[in-house]
Amino acid sequence: MPKIKMPHKSPHIDMTPMVDLFSLLLTFFMLTTTFRPQEPAPVDTPFSVSEKPQPDANIMTLVLAKDNRVFFNIDNGKDTILHFKPKILEEMGKRYNIQFTPLELRKFEKGGSSFGVNINDMKKYLAAQDAKERERYEKGIPHDSLDNQLGYWVLYTRQVNPAVQALIKGDSDVEYPLVKKVLDILQDYNVNKFSLITNLEAVKVEVTDEKK
Amino acid sequence: MAEIIQEEKGKGGKKRPKKGNPHMDMTPMVDLMCLLLTFFMLTTAFSKPKVMDIVLPEKIKKNEKVDPPKIADSRTLNIIVGPEGRVFWYPGKPDPSVPLQETDFSAKGIREVLIDRNRALLKKIEALKADVISGKLNIKQDSLQNVIKQLKKDDDTGPIVLIKFYKKAKYKNFVDVIDEMSIVGIARYIVVDINWMEQGMVETALKNKPATPAVAQK
Repeated sequence: MPKIKMPHKSPHIDMTPMVDLFSLLLTFFMLTTTFRPQEPAPVDTPFSVSEKPQPDANIMTLVLAKDNRVFFNIDNGKDTILHFKPKILEEMGKRYNIQFTPLELRKFEKGGSSFGVNINDMKKYLAAQDAKERERYEKGIPHDSLDNQLGYWVLYTRQVNPAVQALIKGDSDVEYPLVKKVLDILQDYNVNKFSLITNLEAVKVEVTDEKK
Repeated sequence: MAEIIQEEKGKGGKKRPKKGNPHMDMTPMVDLMCLLLTFFMLTTAFSKPKVMDIVLPEKIKKNEKVDPPKIADSRTLNIIVGPEGRVFWYPGKPDPSVPLQETDFSAKGIREVLIDRNRALLKKIEALKADVISGKLNIKQDSLQNVIKQLKKDDDTGPIVLIKFYKKAKYKNFVDVIDEMSIVGIARYIVVDINWMEQGMVETALKNKPATPAVAQK
């Protein structure tokens, strides 16, 4: 009886092409990626056909979350010489009689995500160790006529950095009265031109067909 | 000594000189790469968010007296954005005895109404774009935008759209309706506050034709 010889195969698969591909992809993703700090509230932006990209620097963003909290973010891009953010916080502190230490100012500058903190809670917010602790103070920036902190943020941001552009990032489900209020605050501080952050809608007609 | 002898014995059986294994074990490396790759793929944000510019007219100060600009009724088109993506519109002046016309945000909805009124301008813009694509007109993208802007500025037949929002409108619809203006190429539109008369008209329209049971309950 002839002995059936099993083909003796090496248990090693040649992984070189796979590794090649992986390193290529990895390099690509590593180079193209831009890290964005995690936002305190998830925001689903609506769609539009606008193709204008969001500017990188000199922007202030007003974030309207689904639960009607308002957040604020200042981004002066990669500029490391002009420290706008701490200056703005200092001005805010002066307005509300709060003295911020240099450490707190630095901490505020480092944080890249938007914040929705009452200025009176700002010290505690900056002292917080982790995101979970910080979340307790994220109640949204007060923006009613009694305590219009959002207005002052807009005012001081524009005073410190006159080149700043206003962006509004709203959740699709935010109701119009809040949008109107925020627009009014911006207009009260003479910001009449601003941009709405949207997602690009690739195939407009199809999407609108679905809606009915 | 004994050890050395033993080693020699073991080697003695094979004549081949010991070759280094050509296969390196790449599994840990591949594992790590997979992990990093997945991480970067998930955290990367490819497309930057887009922005849509809007410009609102300067607010009129309380003690300032400004005459409202005079515009022809026939050119005015009022759009009121209602709840749940419903859109109401009427031409000219508000008239409570005439019910509002209802439409929606689909391609056949408000866009049709707007295109109907803005045909002259839209045709000009489309013709210009077609010329550029076919190569008849050789201009850059930037100057094309400028030419379109000029066309819009010179236009005096298109509608003047007043956009109003009922209190239950969503931000999504706010963006949608402004987006619609740019799709249709409306030259003149403005976001204004809803007045009490229109508010009443919307409420009657909602009462007469509730869209879903949820609205009817309210």
